[in-house]
Amino acid sequence: MPVSGKRTQSALVETTPKRLLSHQLTFKNALRLPIIIWQALFFIAPLIFMVAMSFFIVRNYRMTEAFEMKNWLKMMGRDYFWDSYGLTIGLATLATLVVMTVAFPAAYTLAFKVSENTRRWAVFLLIIPFFTSYLVRIFSWYVILAESGVINAMLGYIGLGPYIMLNTKFGTIVGYMTLTLPLVIILQTLSLANIDRSLVEAAHNLGCRPWRTVFRIVLPLARTGLIIAAVFCFILSFGDFVSPYYLGGSKPPTLPILIVDTVKSGQQWPRAAVVAVVMMVTLFIVAFGGIAAAYRRRVR
Amino acid sequence: MKPDRLLKWFLYGYLGLVFVFIFSPILFSIIFSFNSDRFPTIPLGGFTLKWYETIWQDPDVWEAARTSLLVSFSVATIATFLGFTTAYTDYRYRFKLKPLYLALILLPPTIPLIIMALAMLAWFAKIGLSGQVFSIIIAHTVLTAPFAMAIIRLRLSQMDESLEAAAWNLGANQWRALRRVIIPFCRPAIVSSFCLTAAVSFDEFAIAWFISGLNKTIPVVILEIVTGNIDPQVNAIGSFVFLTSMTLVIIAQVVLMTKNKTEKENHD
Repeated sequence: MPVSGKRTQSALVETTPKRLLSHQLTFKNALRLPIIIWQALFFIAPLIFMVAMSFFIVRNYRMTEAFEMKNWLKMMGRDYFWDSYGLTIGLATLATLVVMTVAFPAAYTLAFKVSENTRRWAVFLLIIPFFTSYLVRIFSWYVILAESGVINAMLGYIGLGPYIMLNTKFGTIVGYMTLTLPLVIILQTLSLANIDRSLVEAAHNLGCRPWRTVFRIVLPLARTGLIIAAVFCFILSFGDFVSPYYLGGSKPPTLPILIVDTVKSGQQWPRAAVVAVVMMVTLFIVAFGGIAAAYRRRVR
Repeated sequence: MKPDRLLKWFLYGYLGLVFVFIFSPILFSIIFSFNSDRFPTIPLGGFTLKWYETIWQDPDVWEAARTSLLVSFSVATIATFLGFTTAYTDYRYRFKLKPLYLALILLPPTIPLIIMALAMLAWFAKIGLSGQVFSIIIAHTVLTAPFAMAIIRLRLSQMDESLEAAAWNLGANQWRALRRVIIPFCRPAIVSSFCLTAAVSFDEFAIAWFISGLNKTIPVVILEIVTGNIDPQVNAIGSFVFLTSMTLVIIAQVVLMTKNKTEKENHD
């Protein structure tokens, strides 16, 4: 479709005098440049500066620009850093597995078992949580999951519990799910709804059992969208400091909590930058691995 | 046929449970905001408005609300402007490095907020912008411009390309065509992008917490109360924030839907 617009434009270019041409260039750049300048100044520059900052040194509580490996050696040499790293990756992986599994039947239902109108409404409902304060929702979970909270009170009526849910991995995962489940269901629903129905029906007509159809037909066809959903889930969980802090008890801290603590407790920004750079590199590897897997041709 | 129907009802039930999980923290937070117990549980305590009275009388909350409104209004304006220019550029032009250009605007949401927060904090300190309302506005704009771009780009892709070309042929220059043809066509998307970016900015806490200094926004106040203690005030503030954001989201949705509907009807 863009081709026709392009053609009209180039036809215009060929027949217009130089003065007009330069007007067109001004127009084009007036629209194209603002975002380039803005993002270069306030998105790219901060990130590059952060990488540079990881080599700065702190002397007498003041950050001095330098190029030294000190922060890197210090952080890499500490066991607690690697403990945090392992924990953060472990929790984010667990969250991704749990969320993808919990979301799938819901997305499957929305994609195949309800009318298009219902699906649209469901997706609209799933967008709502994005616009409610994540902090308030986590605080709400804190009260619900507490030892004398809503869930334990209900379990108490049937003679169970109380169970300790706060300050555990369970608490953290509930928090991660609060953050990622709506998005993952939306992405899964969209990718499932886009697959060619006739292939699923063909499998069904040829006598393929429902479970087998899901694993052999539906999952492979929706692979790209599903992997992208998983990657988003991992990125969001990996970078979240609220759930592991308020629901998980932050012992040991995850990497995002490490950044918060380091920054809020003093001038050790360069060390926080080291943690941030390690996180970025990890996420790039995960994202590229995921994208490569998502768009890989099927090899037989 | 029977097992099929059973499966269907099982799946409906499951879907219902998932929705309960997603919405229970929101619902409970609203319920708790009217509940007299300091530590709410079941059975619920008596009905009260005292948490709302507390925040109503708290000058810090008012100050934060003012800052938040100023920030989200400014963010929405700048982000929607940048989103529009980018969406139009993507719609209209092809050039070398365009994938890079698009990556430049679309990437920020994929980077964890805590990392953006640290990077912004350090950069603003470096260029002498730290601790100002202005710096929160800049940071939130970077974060929300991609959403504005996506919404407006989607609208542009529904436009008949010959409309703009017709305007040129009738003698309008590009600016005039942009103002008289493109912008009116995009108006619902512009309104909804304005509301949605405002809502996202109104809720963002990580970056705001790192760089706000003394100019706290509402979510930063919530974060500080939550860190201190169990305080049902949070539920009251949260309900207020929820109401504000939802109003914005619903306006956005309604504007988009009614516009699409009337166009469809005109078409028929």
